[in-house]
Amino acid sequence: MHDQTSPSSVQRASPDHDPACPVSIHDLTVAYHRRPVLWDIDYAGPEGQLIGIVGPNGAGKSTLIKACLNLVPIASGSVSFYGKPYRQQRRLVGYVPQRESVDWDFPASVLDVVTMGRYGRLPWCLPPTREDRRVALHCLEQVGMADYARRQISRLSGGQQQRVFLARALAQDARIYFMDEPFAGVDAATETAIVGILRELRARGRTVLIVHHDLQTVAEYFNHVILLNMRIIAAGPTAQVFTQENLQKTYGGRLTLLDKAAQAMALNGNR
Amino acid sequence: MCPAFRQRERDEWHLMSPRARALAAIGMAGVLWCGATVVASEPGRSITDTSIRWPTWPELARALALRDYNTRVVVLGTALLGVAAGVVGTFAYLRRRALMGDALSHATLPGIAIVFLLTGAKSMPLLLMGATISGVLGVLAVLGMRRMPRIKEDAAIGIVLSVFFGFGMVLFGLIQQMQTGNEAGLAGFIYGKAAAMVAGDARLIGVVAAVVVAACAALFKEFRVICFDQEYASSQGFRVPLIDLIMMGLVVMTTVVGLQAVGLILIVALLIIPAAAARFWTDDLLVMVALSGLFGGMSSLIGATLSAIVSGLPTGAMIVLCAGVFFFFSMLIAPRRGVIASAARHWLLRRRVAYQHLLRALAEYEETHGEGAAIGRKDLFSVRSWSAAQVRRTLARAVRSGDLAVLADGSVRLTQRGRVEALRILRNHRLWELYLIRHADVAPSHVDRDADEVEHVLSEAIVRDLERALDEVARVPPSPHVREPAP
Repeated sequence: MHDQTSPSSVQRASPDHDPACPVSIHDLTVAYHRRPVLWDIDYAGPEGQLIGIVGPNGAGKSTLIKACLNLVPIASGSVSFYGKPYRQQRRLVGYVPQRESVDWDFPASVLDVVTMGRYGRLPWCLPPTREDRRVALHCLEQVGMADYARRQISRLSGGQQQRVFLARALAQDARIYFMDEPFAGVDAATETAIVGILRELRARGRTVLIVHHDLQTVAEYFNHVILLNMRIIAAGPTAQVFTQENLQKTYGGRLTLLDKAAQAMALNGNR
Repeated sequence: MCPAFRQRERDEWHLMSPRARALAAIGMAGVLWCGATVVASEPGRSITDTSIRWPTWPELARALALRDYNTRVVVLGTALLGVAAGVVGTFAYLRRRALMGDALSHATLPGIAIVFLLTGAKSMPLLLMGATISGVLGVLAVLGMRRMPRIKEDAAIGIVLSVFFGFGMVLFGLIQQMQTGNEAGLAGFIYGKAAAMVAGDARLIGVVAAVVVAACAALFKEFRVICFDQEYASSQGFRVPLIDLIMMGLVVMTTVVGLQAVGLILIVALLIIPAAAARFWTDDLLVMVALSGLFGGMSSLIGATLSAIVSGLPTGAMIVLCAGVFFFFSMLIAPRRGVIASAARHWLLRRRVAYQHLLRALAEYEETHGEGAAIGRKDLFSVRSWSAAQVRRTLARAVRSGDLAVLADGSVRLTQRGRVEALRILRNHRLWELYLIRHADVAPSHVDRDADEVEHVLSEAIVRDLERALDEVARVPPSPHVREPAP
């Protein structure tokens, strides 16, 4: 197994992680089959902001989110939420995975899926209560899907599926949200609904990190941005960071040596 | 609380009641059968030890009523096994781990052989323990191989399954060479021989079935969330590997106690087929689990009874065939997902499309020939290519429903009622054509065929969106393309 909690990383974690900071990432490196996809990420997310994560394909945007949520093994470094590791803060962290990551033909209704947002609060073996379903229905209402509560999830459009995932995350009532491409391939109604939800989350002081691929809308949707291409190119308020020059650095050709080194590591590992 | 919300709550309960009804019906069916067999039963002569022959009528009646002690043991034992396999199989099926059960069951063979070689006796607990150990080793081998870069899960399962099975068969060959005369019953583990079951075996199955069903009920929430979305479950703090381990453990228990009745080659069928059959009937996981348990139980019960009546028919094979029948009929007659239902839907849609095409053809004809113009039946074939039979049938339907009127010379024209509908369809067609030309940059010569498909499925909401996008409110826009003359 990968050693995620080696003594060195735990010791190093404590002095660097500010308990007031919703997400702080320290010296994070992630590798798939020994091939590094993220190098030396350092980031401290500001509270109560909508933070867009932007970069070309293969830049490691989804991987960054998954590494924060312990879904992929971390080669080195650490992530903390309000100064504590993820294991102790799960209740505070919500996750909206990519829509394509699940089989939508699963036998479940819309309400069943949204109610899963409450599962994390329930102890082993206890089923969700009426109250949990009530909260789930309320969250469905917020994303404009209350009329679909009883519908089978395969009979939804892509945008509606995305809104169901969003409602599931809302049902958890987290303080920090990670969303993986919520705007990918959705209809106009869904886009409006998501933007509305994001603004409301911000108004309630929640911090949201969103992987985003449409450069046109970055400035409109997010007030903070992380430009990512295997490492952080720039991060900060959108007005300062989202510049032509930084975009050029992010998208204009990969760092070829970084790529070559990663490939060499992968080859040596598999031999 | 706002009234709208309460209304929705009421709706929710109203909508939940069909599920409750379905569950109750499933439960009642099971209880009734068990009750009937218990009432009808009385101690008597065993028929499971007779030689291969067809039963006489009294014997048949006795077997069906489960009057013989041995038959009762066999049939009830396997039925409980079927319920357990159906229930846990649903989760394994949804988790896409069903074939892992196949690797597992085949991998039990060397364990059985080794225990027999070591002890030289057929002690059931020891044999099952050996089966469990080597089965679990097989599963671990699959999981281990899957972690290697270039081996996919199907290959890993295939390798483990065949190598363990081959090894077991070699050991069986060795055992036969020794000729202790004691190995006779071992082949039953491969093909299943329910007749060899004794009361103790059935009790063991009963206990395991109870544990499996209770565990699935208790861990319903956990199983559901990891089957649907493993990563999300993990992000919510569910210990996915542990839950998987419990699920696999339940599969192992069910498989091992079922070896004797069904045999290791076919036991995987009891995990997969009832679940796959149940999936046709419902979109509710709880109902699916219950149905799958019922299908598994019923196929085991019927299969075991048949093999008890006609001694010589292998139990495992009969059970699997019964499960196959359940699956086949589910696939055929299930509402919505079944083959017949979807064929019927398709047929109705084609009928509606043909009908609307006819009306639209007449509306277009009126555009060029003036309102109320009648078209001869022969001319219908110049405006569209369709078969004579199709035109005849569609015309007859249109006349019956009053959209068309037949004139004395056999030609047809739209009635007032038909014209309203025909213009609506024509308008949808034209709106879609215009939309394609203006907003999707499709060449005018191509839009007719596209709109042909789409006009029938445009909902009112989409039509309103089209009107807004095109600034067309009331009228039927003229055709944007000129029908190309034949060369």
